[in-house]
Formats: sequence, C-alpha cells, structure tokens
Amino acid sequence: MAKITYHTHDNKTYTIDVQKGLTVMEGAVQNDIPGIDADCGGGMACATCQVYVKEEWLDKLPAKEDGEEDMLDMAFEPKNNSRLSCQLIVSDELDGLEVSIPSKQG
Amino acid sequence: MNKTDVLIIGAGPTGLFCAHQLGIIGLSCEIVDNLDKAGGQCIELYPDKPIYDIPAVPECTGEELTNNLLQQIKPFNVKFHLNERVEHLKKTESRWHVKTSGGVEFDVAAIVIAGGVGSFEPRKFPVKECEKFEGNSLFYSIKDKSIFKDKTISIFGGGDSALDWAIELSNTSKVNLIHRRDGFSGADSSVQKVKELNDQGKLNLYTKFQLDSVMGDKNIELVKIKHDEGEIKEFKSDYVLGFFGLIMQLGPILDWGLNIDKKTVQVNTENFETNVQGIFAIGDICSYPGKLKLILSGFHEGALAARGCFKYAKPDEKLRFEFTTTSKAAQERLGIKK
Repeated sequence: MAKITYHTHDNKTYTIDVQKGLTVMEGAVQNDIPGIDADCGGGMACATCQVYVKEEWLDKLPAKEDGEEDMLDMAFEPKNNSRLSCQLIVSDELDGLEVSIPSKQG
Repeated sequence: MNKTDVLIIGAGPTGLFCAHQLGIIGLSCEIVDNLDKAGGQCIELYPDKPIYDIPAVPECTGEELTNNLLQQIKPFNVKFHLNERVEHLKKTESRWHVKTSGGVEFDVAAIVIAGGVGSFEPRKFPVKECEKFEGNSLFYSIKDKSIFKDKTISIFGGGDSALDWAIELSNTSKVNLIHRRDGFSGADSSVQKVKELNDQGKLNLYTKFQLDSVMGDKNIELVKIKHDEGEIKEFKSDYVLGFFGLIMQLGPILDWGLNIDKKTVQVNTENFETNVQGIFAIGDICSYPGKLKLILSGFHEGALAARGCFKYAKPDEKLRFEFTTTSKAAQERLGIKK
C-alpha cells in the first residue's frame, strides 16, 4: 500500500491507501473520489483522468510515455504539472504523492 | 417513420454484434450513431492500435475489427442513421416512439443502448465566455470555410485538425496558431510546414500559450492568450477555432428514467434489460456486479439482450435456441446457399 492524497476542486482532501500496482486513477475511481472520469478506462485515449501533481513530486514520477503529452493537449486546462493519472502506477516510490483534480475533465 | 423491431443506439463493436444476433434470431433492427461512421471508440480513439483480446483473433486493429463486424452483419442489410443522436423516447402502448437530433423517427418494439461512454462531442474551451460566441464566431469544426476569407483567425490546438486548418486558411486569411507546448501531436510534415509559414510571416505561431479570454459584443473582436510564465498577449481576431479532439457525453440518455450510477446504466445479467421494460443496455455503458469493460463482454451482453428483445418484438412466438452450424432458419437469414 502507498498513501496517495487527492485534493478535489471543492477543497476536499482524501488520503487513501492505494494498493501497489494499481494506478492513481484506479485509486480514485475505486474509492469514489469525484472528478476523475477516466472515460476510456485507462487506455491513454481520452484525457479525462488528468491530475495536477504537487510540484515536489514531478521529478519523482516515471517519465511520460509517448502519447501522454499528445493526450494532455486535449485535456481540460492542462498545466506544466499535468499528468494522466491512468499512467501513474502506484509503488513504494509514490508513497505520499499528492495530486489535485481539476474542476472538470472536459 | 422507420418501423423496425429493435433500435440500437451506438454503432461500436457491441452494437454491431448485437445487430448480428438480432438478425440470426429473425429480428430486424436499425442503428443510430452520433459519429459519421460505424466503429465507436474503436474507430474514433484507436483505429490503428492493435487489440489482442478478441477471442480467436490473435491481433487486429480497431478499424479491422469494425470492418469485420460490418462484413458479418451484411446479410441482414441493417440500416444505419449516422450523425444522429437519439433525443426523445416515448412509450406508446407496447411500442416505443423514438426521435433523433435530426428529426428521424422510429417505431420500435425494443431499444438496445450500446452507447459506450456516451456520444462523442467536440471538447470545448474551458474559458466561460466562449459559450456566448459559439456558432457565430467561435467554432469547434468547420462547415463553410469561405466565411474566413480575408479575416483574422485564431486557431488553438496541436493536432492534425489544428495544423491542417492553419495551413489551409493561411492562404486566404490572417492566421494565429496557438498551442500549449512546443511539441505537436500532428503529422511531422504539417509541423514543418507550419514552422516554415511562421518563418515566412504567413502565419503567427504562439507556443506555450493558451486561451485566456475572448472579448467582443456580438462577435469576437479581441483574443487574449497567456504564456506558461504568465505573459499575456492580445490581438484582434474575427474568429476563434478550437481543435481539442472529442469527449464522450451521456447526453439525453440521462433523461430516460434509467437507473444510472457513475455514468453507467444498471442492468440485470439475465438479459441486460434496464429498470425500464423494453430498454436494454450493453457494452461499456452498462454496469452489473462483475462487469468487465471488454469488447468480448459486450458481445456476450449483446447476444443475451437480442434474445431479451424477442418477447417484445414477437410476443406471440416462442424463441427456440439454435446453433448457426445446424439451424436452417439461421442459415437462410444469413443468405447461405447450399
């Protein structure tokens, strides 16, 4: 398990123990944290699971694969710290990760 | 008025295979889809990406899968209504009266919703004032390019649509192309071309900028864009175009009295009927304990929903279970000549 903290747009904070191997997206969806639609189900094909990663975590995350940045072009209000949460696989290294969820996904 | 046994909403793989299953058991159907072609997410999101988990098909692309399914339902001459979104359903005695966005009407015995994650709609600007100008000076697709002649156009996006239109419109209009980063997802040759045009002063490229605001009275007059680092630029613009791909929206399905949970429709697993009699839901849009969002699950759900439709379409007949390998009736419906 790793602790992942999700800040939602309405200033609520959820800290969840997410099983290693799941994605940050699945951690949110399975625990009913609002704001992550994940329409395509984790296929990096829809950009509706965008999160903003807390700055200090940006360098610690696995690098973006081909296609993630292209998909982020389509996301709602993308920023420099945007990631697709379906591409962030929870591991010991991610224990303590904090992400914010945008006001909407599209 | 189109009279048929079953209306299928959604022409993705699940909807197409359900049409096949309906055909096999002797029911007619027609299919409505909001996109301009069949295939659903397979065609819209990943036409060239390989799929490895279709039973007995080791590998195929989204496009190949769609073409094979279309081939498979050919004997049934299924009528498609593309670029149409189902808007209204009304129960009339034992049948349903259905109306689409384009005014097409149906009289059917049952409805199968195979709508995936909803209908594909253009993804819009997050900036609120944009709504006010949508359709007069702000567009997400181009129907008549002649209106842009000799005007100033601000195009946002980094994919093929944005690049292709920037290149084309730069011949007859003053074009600003604005994109959130230096990299582009569009074809390399188009990116090259855009950079050349920018160097020649034939269009203005702004990267690491996004839309900040639009201003104007009835039509857009001024556009402000904001750099990653906070710098704001503003320029006059007659039109704004946004090309951010498509997003899926449940849309009118929400208003049909169905039990909906997290953008999915609850069904029973016996025949995938919803809480409303005569309306079935299959594929990604349905949910039940153990639901897997796989194409193969959609096929199973479609087979059972088709049989569930039978009692509504032919209330006085009994459906006999048969195999296509041995059923004369099924083979006749498939047009097989012996």
